[in-house]
Amino acid sequence: MFVSYQFIIFLIILLILYYTIPKKVQWILLLAANFIFYAYADIRYPVFIIVTAAAIYFAAVTMEYCVNKKIGNVKKRKKIIMLTALFIVLGILVCVKYTNFIIRNFNFLLNETGHGKISFVNFIIPLGISFYTFQGISYLLDVYWGKCKAQRNFFKFLLFISFFPQLIQGPISRYNDISKSLYEKHVFNIRQISYGVERILWGYFKKVVIADRIGTAVVALSESPDYYTGVYVMLGMVFYAIQLYADFTGGIDITIGIAQTLGVHLKENFIRPYFSKNTAEYWRRWHISMGTWFRDYVFYPCGTSRAVRKIKSFFKKRFGANAARRVTVYIATITVWLATGIWHGAEWHFVAWGLGNGIILLISEECAPLYRKFHKRFPKLAGNALYNVFQILRTCFLMSCLRLFDTYGSVRVAIKQFIHMFTQFGSSTLSGKELIELGLSFGDYIVILSGVIIMLAVSILGRTGSVREKISKKPYIIRYLVFVGLFFMVLLFGAYGQGYDVSQFIYNQF
Amino acid sequence: MVHTVKKIITAVVSVVFFLAASIALQRLVVPKYAADLPEGNFTAEYYDETTEHDVLMIGDCEVYENIDPIYLWQRYGITSYIRGNAQQLIWQSYYMLEDTLKYETPKAVVFNVQALKYSEPQREEYNRMALDGMKWSKIKLDAIRASMCKGEKLIDYIFPILRYHSRILELNKDDIRYYAKRKKVANNGYYMRIDVLPVSESDVADTSWLSAYGETEENDENQNLSFAPEEDIIDPWAEIVTEEDDEPENPLPKVDKGEKFSDFSMEYMDKLRILCEENNIKLILIKAPSLAPVWYDSYERQVDEYSEKYGLRYINFYEHLDEILIDYETDTYDGGLHMNRSGADKVSEYLGKILATEYGIGDHRGEPVYDNVYEEKQKFYNDMIQAQQEEINKYGKVISY
Repeated sequence: MFVSYQFIIFLIILLILYYTIPKKVQWILLLAANFIFYAYADIRYPVFIIVTAAAIYFAAVTMEYCVNKKIGNVKKRKKIIMLTALFIVLGILVCVKYTNFIIRNFNFLLNETGHGKISFVNFIIPLGISFYTFQGISYLLDVYWGKCKAQRNFFKFLLFISFFPQLIQGPISRYNDISKSLYEKHVFNIRQISYGVERILWGYFKKVVIADRIGTAVVALSESPDYYTGVYVMLGMVFYAIQLYADFTGGIDITIGIAQTLGVHLKENFIRPYFSKNTAEYWRRWHISMGTWFRDYVFYPCGTSRAVRKIKSFFKKRFGANAARRVTVYIATITVWLATGIWHGAEWHFVAWGLGNGIILLISEECAPLYRKFHKRFPKLAGNALYNVFQILRTCFLMSCLRLFDTYGSVRVAIKQFIHMFTQFGSSTLSGKELIELGLSFGDYIVILSGVIIMLAVSILGRTGSVREKISKKPYIIRYLVFVGLFFMVLLFGAYGQGYDVSQFIYNQF
Repeated sequence: MVHTVKKIITAVVSVVFFLAASIALQRLVVPKYAADLPEGNFTAEYYDETTEHDVLMIGDCEVYENIDPIYLWQRYGITSYIRGNAQQLIWQSYYMLEDTLKYETPKAVVFNVQALKYSEPQREEYNRMALDGMKWSKIKLDAIRASMCKGEKLIDYIFPILRYHSRILELNKDDIRYYAKRKKVANNGYYMRIDVLPVSESDVADTSWLSAYGETEENDENQNLSFAPEEDIIDPWAEIVTEEDDEPENPLPKVDKGEKFSDFSMEYMDKLRILCEENNIKLILIKAPSLAPVWYDSYERQVDEYSEKYGLRYINFYEHLDEILIDYETDTYDGGLHMNRSGADKVSEYLGKILATEYGIGDHRGEPVYDNVYEEKQKFYNDMIQAQQEEINKYGKVISY
């Protein structure tokens, strides 16, 4: 939805109104904008978000009321209220997103046993339901744990849940992080607006110049796995890594940029993930808001839950403290990654992808002593540039291998292609003709390559501080040319409009 | 104070530079229609005219490839201009006339009726070729709104760079060569071709159909080729994919089943007629002697009825082939779909006589203003003939036009 003329016009009108109306009603305008945006996608969507928001709002307010008034067994009451709200919002999410997945698997079992089939249901899946549900749950649990105060104004809470820039693909913001800037009065600040617009342009550059252009080749490669084997699997991995990064980070740049123009500060969701030297670091840099959400609301609660504590104590008695600690981590990690996979989509390949990540993280954890020994034996390697590059490439390769599940959308095909990548590597050759047959022209490849180089340069520059801050310190003419240059690059080299099927942001399906 | 002035100047210069760069880049990426599809330049060329015209011809390729305004000048001293485009729809013709009336009021308007059979926009490419070259006005806006196909956006017409931006990767030397000034491609809107592709040698035409009417092209080349009154027309090009009938979403039936013009087309036919009446312009309806695309008897009857009802002159050139002396072996460059210069001049001779004798369209030869302008036009015309002839001599065919 961000890549449409209507959206750009909507945003311009919103900004004009936002900074001309009385400051005290800015948040109301923002709330109205959220619902216009959401209803424009589908008039039925707002119903879902209102129900979710209402359930969480009333639960939070009631929990706080119980605490303040010390009614009965506060802890127990709070828990019942929290679980009830959790049941409602997760119930909605599961119903609309996972019912057909459950039916499909149930039908498979029925088929195996010779029974009939259950018909699929035709639920609409509200845009961004996973994101706003998780954002709501984080608030609910934060209020439950006393980490934040309940918002008494339902409409203000609704604004937090439905803030339109992050509805499409996150980030999953915490109430304490954004509530202040969401509700406070904002004066027109040209620096803030220009920063925001720059960020939006940068996002569009990544999305429409790189991601949407290379997406054509990714589709060609993934749609014909029998034809594109061997070296093409690896090519597909590289292309998809570029597409996903440019698409997702581009979308987040647009989100953060829009929020910034409105004076709302959102946290960064990516910190140069492809520079990570190991998988754990990668997941601390990639989709940070999701990673921290699962850490705070699944990993820790799971690890400290009564059931896991019982298992831990069982293992401690039989196998010792070290084994007990490991079991706790294993259970929590696998639970987190299973949930992460399912959250990404109601398909087995997402489950496989999630489990794959969990297993690799656990193997890395188990191998940590070996790595430490290795580094002790070769202390100079730690600062060696080539070794660093090797670590970065290794991490990228591992993550890309796991993304094969997503690329091919099938566990079976992904595994087959993974094997073919090694067994049939030499059977196919990369030629100019073959590359052109992927749907991209020579010019497209040049644009993609140039875009990736620019993206890489900006990432490298960003290691020593904000690139926009650096640009802002340059003379006006430089700043102006950067701005105008970026605009024209998007305008001319963007894969948008008639002739291009502008793909939706990859992450808005989650 | 100085600081504020400096800020204002910086802001103004920045905006001006941004706009100038946008316009310059837009100019770079829009198609130049030089080597391919010269039709794309037709609409814009009209605005280069310096003298008025007594006759305006509007319609699709059946006017701009079959009638030769330079011949009309040479033979009758008639000043005329064709505002036609590839598959120009009737509402586009209406808006072309409305647009023309801002600059001049012709004495007669010749409208080719083929477009009546199309009830909805056909292809974006045709829309763009017809409308991009129009000067901006409410008329252009209305024309765009009436013409947009599914998926087209008004903003893409307002800012063509949004539509053509991807051409940045396909630029060729014509984009540089005709960056500042587009290539002149037509002769008062006439698309001239001097080469010949006889019907009998056409690799797309099945000439055996002629014998279905009891005659062959060998024994009677002046036979009325089309309107067999009691029969459904069996169109030999019905299966041929041409720019006219390549319409997957709105295919025309192969057999005449009494097709009716749509209300939408007839609404614009009425508007066109009324506009002519209001401006005291004589409206003449024509049907070109092209052998394709299909033109049913049912269409013919509706045009006859309409012209009779409103007292309009309707000339179907098919019905006058014996007078016009069209020879489909020598007068067409694409196997009968369109006339070459020889055929167009025959049609023009026939039409010119009617315009001069029945409509009193005057002879402007000898008037210095026109003589000077048409001397230049004829030079361009003759140069084009010579250039095409040279290409035929050299390559055996016309390749640059």
